[in-house]
Amino acid sequence: MKRRSIFLNTSASLGFIFLYAPIISLIVYSFNESKLVTVWGGWSIKWYGELFKNDQIMDAAFLSLKIAFISATLAVVLGTMAGFALSRMGRFRGKLLFSGWVSAPLVMPEVITGLSLLLLFVALESAFGWPAGRGELTVIIAHTTFCLAYVAVIVQSRLVVLDDTLEEAAMDLGAKPSTLFFLVTLPLISPAIIAGWLLSFTLSLDDLVIASFVSGPGDSTLPMVIFSKVRLGVTPEVNALATLMIAIVAIGVVFAMLYMRKQNKMLAAAQE
Amino acid sequence: MSAPELKSTITGVANPVNTELPLWKQPDATPFVRIENITKKFDDFTAVDNVSLNIYKKELFCLLGGSGSGKSTLLRMLAGFENPTSGRIIIDGVDMQGIQPWNRPVNMMFQSYALFPHLSVADNVAFGLRRQGANKHDVKKRVAEMLDMVQLGHLGKRKPHQLSGGQRQRVALARSLVKRPKLLLLDEPLGALDKKLREETQFEIMNIQEDLGVTFVVVTHDQEEAMTLATRIGVMNQGLIVQTDEPHDVYEYPNSRFVAEFIGSVNMLEGFVTEDNVDSVRIDSKEAGCTLFVAHGISCAPQQRVHVALRPEKIKMTRIKPTQDENCMKGEIVEIAYMGSLSVFRIRLQSGKEIRVTQPNFARDMGERFTWNEQVFLSWDVDSSVVLTA
Amino acid sequence: MSSLSGNVWLSGFSNWTARIGMFLKFAKNFNWGRFSVISVPYLWLAIFFFIPFLVVFKISLSESAIAVPPYSDLLDFNLEEAYLNIKLNLGNYIYLWEDSFYLDAYLSSIKIAFFSTIFTLIVAFPIAYLIARSDQKYRGILLALVILPFWTSFLLRVYAWVGLLKKQGLVNEVLMSLGIINEPLTMLQTDFAVYIGIVYTYLPFMILPLYSALEKMDISLLEAAEDLGARPIQSFFMVTIPLAMPGIIAGCMLVFIPAVGEYVIPALLGGSDTLMIGRVLWDEFSLNRDWPMASAVATVMLVFLVLPIMLVRNKSGKDEAL
Repeated sequence: MKRRSIFLNTSASLGFIFLYAPIISLIVYSFNESKLVTVWGGWSIKWYGELFKNDQIMDAAFLSLKIAFISATLAVVLGTMAGFALSRMGRFRGKLLFSGWVSAPLVMPEVITGLSLLLLFVALESAFGWPAGRGELTVIIAHTTFCLAYVAVIVQSRLVVLDDTLEEAAMDLGAKPSTLFFLVTLPLISPAIIAGWLLSFTLSLDDLVIASFVSGPGDSTLPMVIFSKVRLGVTPEVNALATLMIAIVAIGVVFAMLYMRKQNKMLAAAQE
Repeated sequence: MSAPELKSTITGVANPVNTELPLWKQPDATPFVRIENITKKFDDFTAVDNVSLNIYKKELFCLLGGSGSGKSTLLRMLAGFENPTSGRIIIDGVDMQGIQPWNRPVNMMFQSYALFPHLSVADNVAFGLRRQGANKHDVKKRVAEMLDMVQLGHLGKRKPHQLSGGQRQRVALARSLVKRPKLLLLDEPLGALDKKLREETQFEIMNIQEDLGVTFVVVTHDQEEAMTLATRIGVMNQGLIVQTDEPHDVYEYPNSRFVAEFIGSVNMLEGFVTEDNVDSVRIDSKEAGCTLFVAHGISCAPQQRVHVALRPEKIKMTRIKPTQDENCMKGEIVEIAYMGSLSVFRIRLQSGKEIRVTQPNFARDMGERFTWNEQVFLSWDVDSSVVLTA
Repeated sequence: MSSLSGNVWLSGFSNWTARIGMFLKFAKNFNWGRFSVISVPYLWLAIFFFIPFLVVFKISLSESAIAVPPYSDLLDFNLEEAYLNIKLNLGNYIYLWEDSFYLDAYLSSIKIAFFSTIFTLIVAFPIAYLIARSDQKYRGILLALVILPFWTSFLLRVYAWVGLLKKQGLVNEVLMSLGIINEPLTMLQTDFAVYIGIVYTYLPFMILPLYSALEKMDISLLEAAEDLGARPIQSFFMVTIPLAMPGIIAGCMLVFIPAVGEYVIPALLGGSDTLMIGRVLWDEFSLNRDWPMASAVATVMLVFLVLPIMLVRNKSGKDEAL
């Protein structure tokens, strides 16, 4: 530890303060009695009450959770297939193109993804009458598409480090490819799949730009509602909402990390 | 392991007490595994080059070779993980062409053991039985049997990462034997174990093999492992099997410079054939500084350049010139390494060639010890060396 | 004769059955599992990822119109009079080139993304270094502390800075109470706020690859450097930095790429003069309702920003970046 100089300690501490100051300020101000966010009016939980009474926010929150749940699940299924196709299926026609498509959404600016999907939906609607109008369905499709890429990359990188003799051993002991997948491969990549699902869920829950492009007038997701509110200035209800979301995420992340740690330890020990 | 020790282990194994000839020496025996003209190419690279090999029932056959010699590829073709580019593999009379790994009567013990980290020891062992659709009761009984056999009956509930290296190795062995395969493939079975554990496990594998009567094919790069385990050894180099013989013969009668140098240590003396008889050869060697006389015939052209292989432990080292003129070289000790059970000397001949000689330290005090810069004579019996034309 | 024709008939028949047999054999041996695992995500990405770009490109060549949807058709097809009229409008691209506003927006986005990437690197390095050199048992917790904000809503974290940076915000209050400044600084709705927002948002993306590069580094390398006469600062620049290079490159890519197209941060924290291309595209689309123009902006962005980045990424090993 002698290598840690005072300079390093100070700058790293400042870095952590930088990371957490905004979050802490959100939490503290969510308990502020005063409506004026800059004036401290004493502790209060009244904004939490206001938050739950706000139908617009609550509806949007439920819609967002629903969309996030469905698209994360779809993305996990499709993304796992894609990751599998890329790392375990050998060569096939169009593989290079496919791997390009899988990794491209990761570097694609959201505005382009959003605009292009919107234009596709409009074109499809005028050509085939589907999807009729835009809303929940189109947002789910859009979110599934860009989350799929994240899941595929995570699953693929897990499969790459996964010792493929484990799969050979299963075949050797009489498992056909389909049984093999469910009995051996899937349990072993489950940490990657869980991570992929959680990431997709968060990305979907968090997305403002793409949803703004592809959703219809009646279907505002939570980020869209928050964005329209905060453009008008700081609002205490949003602080309360932020605090709740941070609390839920913090608990979730801690559990997920404990789980992964256990899984990783097991895998690391088995593959030493 | 050094050469004299090696020799003693070989004689221990390869001197069969029973008079009945082993299967591979009976001309009319039916081979259990027939590998016929197998070639495997990866793009431009030929990993296995037109290999033919017969393996007999209850054999413990070792494929010995360095990395990239093609031994693992050959093993993987037996297991069905690779398809041969040409040639056929017949196991117990059935052509394996097109038969998937999960349908072959073959099991494999992987070098990394490949134990499923998410399954308990018992579930790992039961994996293969469950794929056959065996009923619960049978599975349980059989798993218990196998775990007892490898002395791990009490650890069935553990996960692989809670076991030591030696224990994992035994779980892997139990798992690969549980389906009673006709043929068991072992990929570097002892590679990951430390020295002491290796010796124990070696004998354990041999015992299990004898008890179960399963045919084993072992792949290894370790000549010591091959020597101890095998009934026969197939030495591989660059995709070819260069010699197939019993361990004793591979060591004592290598058929090429490659085999002689790959297995144990050896001195190579270059020379020209001056006299070629039916049962002996005379060779004039500038390197040796004397005529070499070898008591076995070879087929060669007159004046052909040949090599004489001479194992270090077969050389007698004396201060006084022996009476023989042939097979007697003169040199100076340039290096001595005392290794406990034996000492290794490096002797520089007048030609500049260096010769390795090992001497057992059979007594604690062996009179006046050899020392650096001493002039010594090296001699050996006429049947101690081998002439190699390849 | 009859036997001959019978033969012909028979051979025709057997030919036919052989074909069916071949087809059945093919269908049996064909690996349907493999086929569907590949083709389902393949098709999904083709329809919802690839084809949309073709649509964007197509619409970028049409004219803006007051209609639903608000653009003209490229093809004018009249069956009765049997004519096909293809109208390609390059006007959007010409306008993009002629109006310096768009070029400025591109350059300004790249400039802002570039500098905020550098700032992020400067902030991230000490944190990553500290975690990599800290005791094994604290590493997990410190890493979790870095990752935690990444999992919380990006929008809300940007929003938090609105509260901190405004005239009566916390930062001004603190600075004034410390006596560093006398009157509140205007920080919100400036480029400064945008830099803060980007650095803040993408900090974890920089720390994680840096950490994994630094963690692999053998501490004895530094000791060797010092043993050979390098002073700490020299061994930092001659040993640590070169060894951390893969992490630095990966982290910079992860920050620079999304920062270029960023919309939310300039919209919430930037001023009206903060030009970023993502915002221009959004405004073109939603405020001006000029879909063809927005498509042209997107096409150019794709060709001049995204494609080069993908090529570079593929070259430098794409797995390293994640």
